[in-house]
Order: sequence, then structure tokens, then C-alpha cells
Amino acid sequence: MAGEHQNGTLVLEVKDLDVRIEGGGGSFLVVRDMAFAVARGETLAIVGESGCGKSMTALTLLRLHPPAATVERGFVCVDGQDVLALPRAALEDIRGEGIGMIFQEPLTALNPVMTIGDQIAEALRRHRDIGRRAAARRAIELLDLVRMPDPDHRARLYPHQLSGGMRQRAMIAIALSCEPAVLVADEPTTALDVTIQAQILGLIRDLQQRLGTALVLITHDLGVVAEMADTVIVMYAGRRVEVAHVNDLFDRPLHPYTRALMTAAPHLEAADGAKSMLMEIKGAVPPPWDMPQGCPFAPRCGLTLDRCRVEEPPLVKKRDGHLAACWEVPDAA
Amino acid sequence: MLKRALRNPSLVVGGVLTLTIVLAAVFAPLLATHSVDQMNMRARFAMPSSAHWLGTDNFGRDLWTRIIFGARISLSIALISVSAAAAIGSVVGLVAGYFGGWVDLLLMRITDVFLGFPALILALAIVAVLGPGVLNVSIALIVVFWTEYARVVRSATLVLREQAYVSAARALGASHGRIIFREILPNTVGPIIVLTTLGLGTAILSESALSFLGFGVPPPQPTWGWTLAYGTRFIRGEPWLSIVAGMAIMLTVLAFNLLGDGLRDILDPRQLSRAGRGSRNSTTHGS
Repeated sequence: MAGEHQNGTLVLEVKDLDVRIEGGGGSFLVVRDMAFAVARGETLAIVGESGCGKSMTALTLLRLHPPAATVERGFVCVDGQDVLALPRAALEDIRGEGIGMIFQEPLTALNPVMTIGDQIAEALRRHRDIGRRAAARRAIELLDLVRMPDPDHRARLYPHQLSGGMRQRAMIAIALSCEPAVLVADEPTTALDVTIQAQILGLIRDLQQRLGTALVLITHDLGVVAEMADTVIVMYAGRRVEVAHVNDLFDRPLHPYTRALMTAAPHLEAADGAKSMLMEIKGAVPPPWDMPQGCPFAPRCGLTLDRCRVEEPPLVKKRDGHLAACWEVPDAA
Repeated sequence: MLKRALRNPSLVVGGVLTLTIVLAAVFAPLLATHSVDQMNMRARFAMPSSAHWLGTDNFGRDLWTRIIFGARISLSIALISVSAAAAIGSVVGLVAGYFGGWVDLLLMRITDVFLGFPALILALAIVAVLGPGVLNVSIALIVVFWTEYARVVRSATLVLREQAYVSAARALGASHGRIIFREILPNTVGPIIVLTTLGLGTAILSESALSFLGFGVPPPQPTWGWTLAYGTRFIRGEPWLSIVAGMAIMLTVLAFNLLGDGLRDILDPRQLSRAGRGSRNSTTHGS
């Protein structure tokens, strides 16, 4: 399924993805009509509030979604292989080598009773035909690659003996150990201090460029998006509401939700020193069992038309390379 | 590691005691002052002396010799039954807890069936069917003991399988077997070690109880349980016999328990101080 994108080979393609969750007295679509494609070396950011389906989308990319969730429709293609249809053994082969993942909370995502050196070596030995000693050596090289200070010594430490930033570096070393074509990072810096955040993001971007990895970045932080992304998907209530190149998105956000997100993000106003108003978005993402008719954002939107309460707007091209799902925004000519 | 071990008093005391008992059992033929079955009717119920270090029994047999040879029987039964029970029970618990669903249901109902019988009665019944002897007593104890491991390991596994590092291992392509044995099992060693060392003590007591009831290793084998049981016949006038056998049992059980406590403390890396080994400013915050 590998095709040509604007600037390289597609290594990840998602089409028509619907994910349904059973439980809580019903069954609900938590991801609807998700689709995107990422080329080598490219970064896609998926942004949205908690509960919008972005983490579920990320897990589905590795077929790691919880047992209560089922993929109802669509396909996920990693490096030419249909992840959702692969037999178990082939799926295990592609995890880690075709597609890797960085988790949000590095302390819980590392095994507490194994040294980090052993954990990296374990990942290596799973996919590469190398001996114990070679794997241990390579683990130290990888720790050096993620700029872990004093890697020989740190390789022999357990996760709880490292600081948060170092744990996330170890996590990245594990995820990248077998040089996967696609790296999924689910809120990789949310659990870290702001200063460490910048270092870790810089590291991820640097390694991505060096290894040509395609990056899918899941975040709720527009600052991270501006820093990292090439293409951005804004998700709301399980669905894409806006898709654009990062520059277009920040220059001219089209969907009222995206605009609301931007005014809700704190930032410094330049020159005159006046602070801009920090706006909150009233209300919360409607839960899947209580989806309003029409546009799911309508109850929180300031620009609601009559049509919004009746009919859900489709995701259509509003400008060149810029899609949005809103009745209020005029379609491209 | 060694430094930390030496700083743990229960590990040191338990370790030294266990080692002494094991060495005494291994080198029993060299340490014995008499032969096991040598009777001496003129020296019945002798008090400890230079000739008989721990005195003699009702046939005038040397108790020191019988206790160290008895250690061989008690220890081999304890080691065989507990290690096999721990292995079987842990695997059942891991598989049931990890896969859940009908696998869990089936395995745990089987466990419940075994748990349904009172432990000693079940062991008695098994020995009654198989006949007495070291191996058969061990088998009986395995059948009684494995359920405890299955239940404890299963409940630990139920928690561990939901941990983020299990998902992370899955995201790296780990198979079920690899997740069970490399990710989950190492995190359950704490409870397994505690159960094992407590189990070694219980196994020695159970073997003694079976011998006491006449269902253990038959005389003239010098088992501790039999010596203890037989001693009760003379307990009014000559309590020495039961006291010596009882002390041997108590010391061994104590040694295993102390050892287990100590091992659990030092084998869990989470108990390592954040300064770590070698301690070259290993916790520089904010890498």
C-alpha cells in the first residue's frame, strides 16, 4: 500500500477507521471515520481534549486497543502491511520493528524489576539476531544516542533510580532500538517538567530526522504541535474536525473548535506587553453515549446556525490542503 | 549486592542457620558419632554427655546421629515438595491470571477442588493410597501445597497484566510467553519467595505430622516427626527425646523463615536506594 506522498514514501496509512467500545450499558463509536497518511521523516500531530479518541486511535495503530474496543471498519497499513488483519505472529514481528510507541508515563511503562539496559537489550534481542553481550553493548550505545549522561553506569540502574527525564530518554531508546519506520508518541512530555519537555521534544525531532522515522504525535498541547508537526489533525468527539498543514492551521484556523483551543492556550503577547484574554471553552466533550444531534461541538460553539443542530457537517476542503467540518465555514470554490 | 545482604540481620542469621543445617545433613556420615541403628540397652534415655551429645532414645540409639540423618529426610521432602509445588502453582496462577476468561475460570475451579479438602486429610489419603516413603510423602505435600501458589500468583498477575510496561512490552512485539515469564513473573518473585520459605517450614512440620500419625516415612528411618511422636510416650519421665526432635524442627523452620524474609528484602530492586550502587551522582534530576 506504500504510495507517494508530497515528499516521500508513505509508511503509515489509515483509512475509514471506526472503533467501537462495548460496555457501560451500550456500545459507542469512539473513533469515527479516521484517516491519515504519514511519510518517512514526516510528523503528524493529533490534537484534542481528553476523551476525544486520540489515544484510542494511537493504540489502534499497533492493534493494542483494549479488549472492550473493536475496530468496526477501516484499515491501518504500516510499511505495506495491514496491521488489523495480520496473524498474531506477524503482528508481533511488526510491533517494535515496523511501528514503535512511546508512552505518556515513563515510570509505569518501564518494568520496575529490570535494569534499563536489560530492557533495551530485551527489545533488541526480540527482533535482531544478536547475542547477549552484543545486545548489552548496543543498549549502551542507544542510551548514548538519546543523550543519557554516563550511559555505562545508567544502563545498570532500575527505572526508579532515574529522574523523569532520564526515564523518558530510556523509553525512547527502547522504542527506537529496532529503528521502527513509524513512531507513535502518546503525550510523550505531559508527565515532565517544562524545561525537560523541550529537551525531550528536541531529542525526538533530532532522532526522527536522523533515522527518517515517521512520527505520530498525540498531544493536547498546541505549543508542542507548533514545535513539532508538519500536518495537524484536530479531533473532537472521536472525529476529525480540521486537518491542515501546521502553518495554515496556526495562520488561519477554520473550525470554531480549533480557534477556541487557541484562545484557551496561554501565551505571551508581544510588543505592547498586554496579556491576551485566556478564554475557556465552556462545557465538556459530549460523552459518546450522549452525542447531540447534528454537530457534536454545537452546544459549546458560539457560531451555531440552525443547521448545526440538525445535520452533522462533513469534513470537506475549505481551502487548499485545508479541511474542516463546519457549516459556518464556506467551502472552497 | 553482597554488602546489602550482610547488612540484613535476618538474612545473615537465617542464612548461617540454614547453611549449618544443610551441611549437617550433607555430611551426616562424617559427623555421626555412632551408627544410626546401633542400639544400647544399657544406655537408654541417656542425658547429653560426651559419649552421646544429645543423649539417647528408648533403644539407646544416639540422638545426635539420628537427628542429623533425620535432617536428610526432612530437608529432601521439604525441598522436593515445595519447589515442585511452587513451580506448578506459579505457572497455573500466571496462566489463569494473564489470560483470564474461561482459562481462569477452569484453572481456578480445579484449584478450588483441591482447596476443598482439609490439607492434612488430603495428604493422609494420598499417602494411604501411594504408601509411605520419602517420594510419596513429597507427592502428597505437592498436591496439598500448589494451590496456595496458584491463588497468590494469580491475584498478583491480575494486577500486573494491566501495568503500562506490559502494554509497552506488547508494543515491542513480545509474545504471550515472553510477557508472562519476562515481564510478569519477575514482579511476582517477592510473594513467591515468602510463600516458599514459609512453605519449607510448613512442609517440615507436615512431614513430622504425617510421621507422627504413622503415615510418613516408616521406622527405622530416623525421621524427626517419628522421634517427636514416639518421644511423647515417655514424655512424663524422659521428655528429652521429644524436646530434641522438636528443637530440630523449630530451628529449621525458623532458619527458613528468617532466610525468606531477608531474601525478599534484598531481591526486590525497588528496595534499592535511589542513590543506587556505585552511586556516582546517579539521581541527577532533570537529566
